[in-house]
Amino acid sequence: MLVRLKVFRFDPEKDGDPYYQDYEVQAEPTDRLLDCLNRIRWEQDPTLAFRMSCGHGVCGSDGMRINGVCGLACQKLVESFGLEVRVEPLPVFPVIKDLVVDLEPFFQRYHSIKPYLIALSSPPGHERRQSPEDIRPLEDAIRCILCACCTSSCPVSQDPQTADYVGPAALVRAFRYLFDSRDESTSERIAMLDRQDRVWGCRTLWKCTEVCPKEIPVTKLIGHIKRRIYETKRESNEGEIRHAPKDEAGNGSWGEDSEG
Amino acid sequence: MVLDHEILIVGAGLAGLRAAVEASETADVAVVSKVLPTRSHSGAAQGGITAALGNEEEDQWEWHFFDTVKGGDYLGDQDVIEIMVKDAPRAIYELEHMGVPFSRTRDGRIAQRNFGGHTKGYGREPVKRACYVADHTGRVVLDTLYDQAIGRHVRFYGECYVLSLVFDDGRCCGVVTYDLATGGLHFLRAKVVLLATGGCGKIYRTTSNGFSTTGEILNLTFKEGIPLQDMEFIQFHPTGLFPLGILVSEAARGEGGILRNDAGEPFMERYAPSIKDLAARDVVSRAILTEVRAGRGIGGKGYVHLDLTHLGERKITEKLWEITSFARIYLGLDAVSQPIPVAPTCHYLMGGIPTDGDGRVRADQTARTVPGLYAAGECACVSIHGANRLGCNSLLDLLVFGRRSGKAMKDEVAGVKTLLTGRDPTKPVRERLAALTDREGPEKAHAIRLEMQIVMTDYGSVFRTEGALRQGIDAILALKERFSRVMVTNRGTSFNYDLMETVELGHQLDLCEVILVSALNRRESRGAHFREDLPQRDDQNYLRHTLAFCATGGPRIAYKPVVLGRFQPAVRAY
Repeated sequence: MLVRLKVFRFDPEKDGDPYYQDYEVQAEPTDRLLDCLNRIRWEQDPTLAFRMSCGHGVCGSDGMRINGVCGLACQKLVESFGLEVRVEPLPVFPVIKDLVVDLEPFFQRYHSIKPYLIALSSPPGHERRQSPEDIRPLEDAIRCILCACCTSSCPVSQDPQTADYVGPAALVRAFRYLFDSRDESTSERIAMLDRQDRVWGCRTLWKCTEVCPKEIPVTKLIGHIKRRIYETKRESNEGEIRHAPKDEAGNGSWGEDSEG
Repeated sequence: MVLDHEILIVGAGLAGLRAAVEASETADVAVVSKVLPTRSHSGAAQGGITAALGNEEEDQWEWHFFDTVKGGDYLGDQDVIEIMVKDAPRAIYELEHMGVPFSRTRDGRIAQRNFGGHTKGYGREPVKRACYVADHTGRVVLDTLYDQAIGRHVRFYGECYVLSLVFDDGRCCGVVTYDLATGGLHFLRAKVVLLATGGCGKIYRTTSNGFSTTGEILNLTFKEGIPLQDMEFIQFHPTGLFPLGILVSEAARGEGGILRNDAGEPFMERYAPSIKDLAARDVVSRAILTEVRAGRGIGGKGYVHLDLTHLGERKITEKLWEITSFARIYLGLDAVSQPIPVAPTCHYLMGGIPTDGDGRVRADQTARTVPGLYAAGECACVSIHGANRLGCNSLLDLLVFGRRSGKAMKDEVAGVKTLLTGRDPTKPVRERLAALTDREGPEKAHAIRLEMQIVMTDYGSVFRTEGALRQGIDAILALKERFSRVMVTNRGTSFNYDLMETVELGHQLDLCEVILVSALNRRESRGAHFREDLPQRDDQNYLRHTLAFCATGGPRIAYKPVVLGRFQPAVRAY
């Protein structure tokens, strides 16, 4: 079948403004959008720029906006979008060229939440024990591939007024270490996350959860961080928490109990 | 621009990151990668990492040692294999201490599963030896090591292609990189350089490897006069998702999955009566293609079924989430109730840049090494895997020899002053690129690449013969000739993939020739190298490693002995 792609183009070397270019490629219904883009670049227009690597949803390179929804080009089959598709770069991040965005701000924010295990006591000569129940809460979070689809789709991250929000991807990784039974910096992590530009920036709008290519319940995980902060503070009698959880979508206050 | 670091690591996969974490304890370390951090292909590893922990049942490093030697059809060097299997438990505990969230047993230990070729009692029956994180072990370990590297202030240069190795008076002192975002060339100068760039699976039509696994570093070292070892040994993983070739982990069979032909017969019972579906990968791949050739593929086509339907939904969704999602996304099928179509897919390069047990690159057949240059991981050939790698031994290789390289480099740089080359090493690279971009010609890189992949698949994959290999070499030489007339249409400076893919193609074509010539000269069958015209293993003449050297008129082939030890070559049956 003949598929028409409307592709966002911008080359800072020669374009004053971005524009859309139409391409037509022959494709099978089971071909990936990534196959179509490669066919364009290899057979029609070698100047088209987009990232890719593994081609099957593991490396996280080919996040882009596909018919208005962020996703991985290697996970979208032609049959899922029919004869016409609009392809644009991930929002939120500055465009470098065509579908390639500058992910430096994404990784910087990711680094800001100390994404590594902090264990102060010296480890034993073998493994530390963790039960399957200890591990279970982490199973969704560790599927994250840092593709940035969630952060790009988040209305809070998209809003220039709240652009300093660390974003859902960084919070998923923060969750992964906060809830790891081996981590020994819980109070520091809680203090680090208890900020308007960190966990309280989340307004429980569920966009991250809707787009996640690895089916991670992102909003729920962020909700667990909020509840953990709230409960820790209540236990320590600190009184009022600084930032009350917001609930603009009308869902459960923590994002834990509703699918949205 | 000249950028200085004490230690420069090329490649941000598991070997490179493990080395970086080790070396950054005392040295200034930079990692350069052609993709962004965390996009490296180690992330696609699924099934696990082997170590004789004995957490699920009795296990011994001696059994792991034997299985690895036998799995490699006695071509692996037993001195380094012994180092690896003995170090394996420590390597796993260390990962656990760094934060890898391994799947666990009921009593809280690291869980272990069966994997192909791993046995107890020297081949008696399968043993649970692979430590895992569901079926996305590689990605989770990659993330953990990247996180560790960030915590240790390792400097990353992402989306930078290495176009040249720089030597000063025989010592490697850095690399020239091409910055994909700007098109700029930089001299990254260092006291020592580690190559950890993975394999070259993309020279085949169907592969589990990502687009970045093009192997140019292998050819860059080859062109510098450094030999490539055992390049004829290319592993085809038995279960690539048909027709895409995406990896469907051996963990599926480790957890009890069964291969079936068109009649529904569990055919591995005929090929490997003792451990059946858990035989070594070369054995299973040949079995699948033998079934297909006999017309017993599904519907007479080129694939068989991997049946998980008897495992139950809980086991499948908990332990095999990723591969289940691949079947659903790409084929629209539910692996809980439907069998998965699979066929062999190019997966792993057993050969590579020869090194000693500390990652130092070997210059030739002797013990002589190349000053300042190290290699680790799939691009290196220590040689652990011999003629066929066992599943889950790859991640172990990356961790053990990545760490040992990092340690050796850290020790070495303490006594090395920065070497200043008098010349500008970017100049010849700039000229080579200009020659490519200025050229007008009728040939397109894409068309040549496609033909190369078909040639390698037709003449140099699972089954080989002298006639086919000769045809393959002729076809590759013809493609090399056409490549000299290739034209790069994109003349832009930012994200010019057209230019970089053309550069990669030149290297890929050279590697194809090395692989086919090495295969032609090995007149026997061993492990993944199966010659239909010479189906027997010939220890008399070929219990030795191939070394291919760059020479005018094609690769020059030499040999060096295998390091034997505890295990003498014996009949290899499963």
